[in-house]
Amino acid sequence: MTLNPESIVFYVFALGTLVSAVGVLLNIRSTVNAAMCLMLSMVSIAGLFVMLHAEFIGVLQVLVYAGAIVVLFVFVIMLLNLSGPAMAAESHFFAKLLGAAVLLAAAVKLSLLFLGPGEASAEIDRQFGTVAQIGRTLFTDYVVAVEAAGVLLLAGLVAAVVLAKRELD
Amino acid sequence: MSIATIATALFIFAVLALVFAPIMTWVERKQSALMQDRIGANRAEIFGVRALGLLHPLSDALKLFTKEDFVPAGAHRFLHLISPFIAAVPALVSFAVIPYGGTYEAWGSRWSLVVADLDFGILYVLAIGSLATYGSILGGWSSNSNWGMLGALRVSAQMLSYEVAMGISIVGLFMIFGTLRMTDMGVAQQETFRLFGFIEHFGLAAQVPWWLAWIKVPMWGIVLQPLSFFIFTTAAIAENKRAPFDIPEGEAEIVAGYFTEYSGMKFGLFQMGEFVEIAVIGGLVAALFLGGWSIPYVKDTELIQFLSSGLGSNMANILAMVIHVLVFLGKVVMMIFAQMIVRWSSPRFRYDQVMNLGWKIMLPLSIANIVVTGFAVLLLREITT
Repeated sequence: MTLNPESIVFYVFALGTLVSAVGVLLNIRSTVNAAMCLMLSMVSIAGLFVMLHAEFIGVLQVLVYAGAIVVLFVFVIMLLNLSGPAMAAESHFFAKLLGAAVLLAAAVKLSLLFLGPGEASAEIDRQFGTVAQIGRTLFTDYVVAVEAAGVLLLAGLVAAVVLAKRELD
Repeated sequence: MSIATIATALFIFAVLALVFAPIMTWVERKQSALMQDRIGANRAEIFGVRALGLLHPLSDALKLFTKEDFVPAGAHRFLHLISPFIAAVPALVSFAVIPYGGTYEAWGSRWSLVVADLDFGILYVLAIGSLATYGSILGGWSSNSNWGMLGALRVSAQMLSYEVAMGISIVGLFMIFGTLRMTDMGVAQQETFRLFGFIEHFGLAAQVPWWLAWIKVPMWGIVLQPLSFFIFTTAAIAENKRAPFDIPEGEAEIVAGYFTEYSGMKFGLFQMGEFVEIAVIGGLVAALFLGGWSIPYVKDTELIQFLSSGLGSNMANILAMVIHVLVFLGKVVMMIFAQMIVRWSSPRFRYDQVMNLGWKIMLPLSIANIVVTGFAVLLLREITT
């Protein structure tokens, strides 16, 4: 474990991500606290992206997840006043099983990474992670996937409008 | 990051927080007084010196710092404590990517008048601005007060809605300038184009007066994207929660909305965030739509070359820097004043009107703007090559 400034910043963000992610799980009594932990973990992940020279993805992470989606969560939590034991009561066996399986898989993967030989990361060029580079990649190599995702999102939007309309009318 | 960068950052921070925000409270008082045919703040004095009421910001600060810091019963203490900071800090740090001058070389060193020249510049402002929402929401929620709660609900709905329109409205600019970097946008806006130049491409040059072909217009954002300018400015004012978009704090309905239960300097921080954001909006609009730091029709290089003939290269660069910063400040001040005129001349929207304006008018308009801009860019590329 080397301690240059970069690795210190990395550990701060990594710790922030993990601690706040655990905080989301532990704050079952106070839903707003849990949402705030989720927001912190999103921002920390954005910090990790920035450290990997993917600044654009990092900013999008803040803009979309921390800035919009979690705000929506908080809005709904406050609107419906979700808190207290009603939220904590639900606990499914399968959800627990699934969680345990994912945790196990992550642990195995991590230990393999730690035990295996360290690999020197490849040198990246200056264009990596810039808006222009990402745009070019998305609209040449992955254009079908982008368009498919666009259609899917549009369908989701229309469906949401239809569902909301039926409630209102 | 060098020492110079940190120094510039601190300098901007100090200017914004300690100079801009207090003076703006004075400007707003005087300006509203002017509009309502009153005299405005002029009572604060030190040994008989009143200085046109300029001492009022000082006494405001003194009052806010000495007031009791009251936390209501049943409040979430930690969130109640930090939410004013969450509300104020984003406004202060978003000035980091706004360029207030070009690049200058004097005595062997290069100066670029922007704290962080980021590749995704404008997105950084949007991202930071979206985090500011938490300050208001948590402030209202953590106060354990119905007024605060109502204000928080309104704030989250309003800021979410207008973030969307604000982000989409400037996509047209990205398409034209081909960059998100704000310094590059500033440089691109120094170009000029012939307003009626397209006539030649249709072979009609003989039928119109000859001088028509020589009318040149700077490639400012407001010229190329007028609709985007209006949508962006409106959405930005709505993001800042000032009248006519001040339903989150609507004092006639919900006392003071999300900051009802705040007193002392915590209340002051909410206010400071709002006033600094006025300056940030001014800076953003100036940099994106009003040509940034440049004088219309005069490119940076031309200005420096012109000044060099009399002053030598070093002094010319310094003088150009001063001129450019002053020009940028002038544009910012103009936008600030425009925002204050809007604030004091328009009645407050109703809640459903705000939502309708955001989702049913501004969002479709900004999407239509993208489509039209796309066609225009393609068409221009066809006929010019």
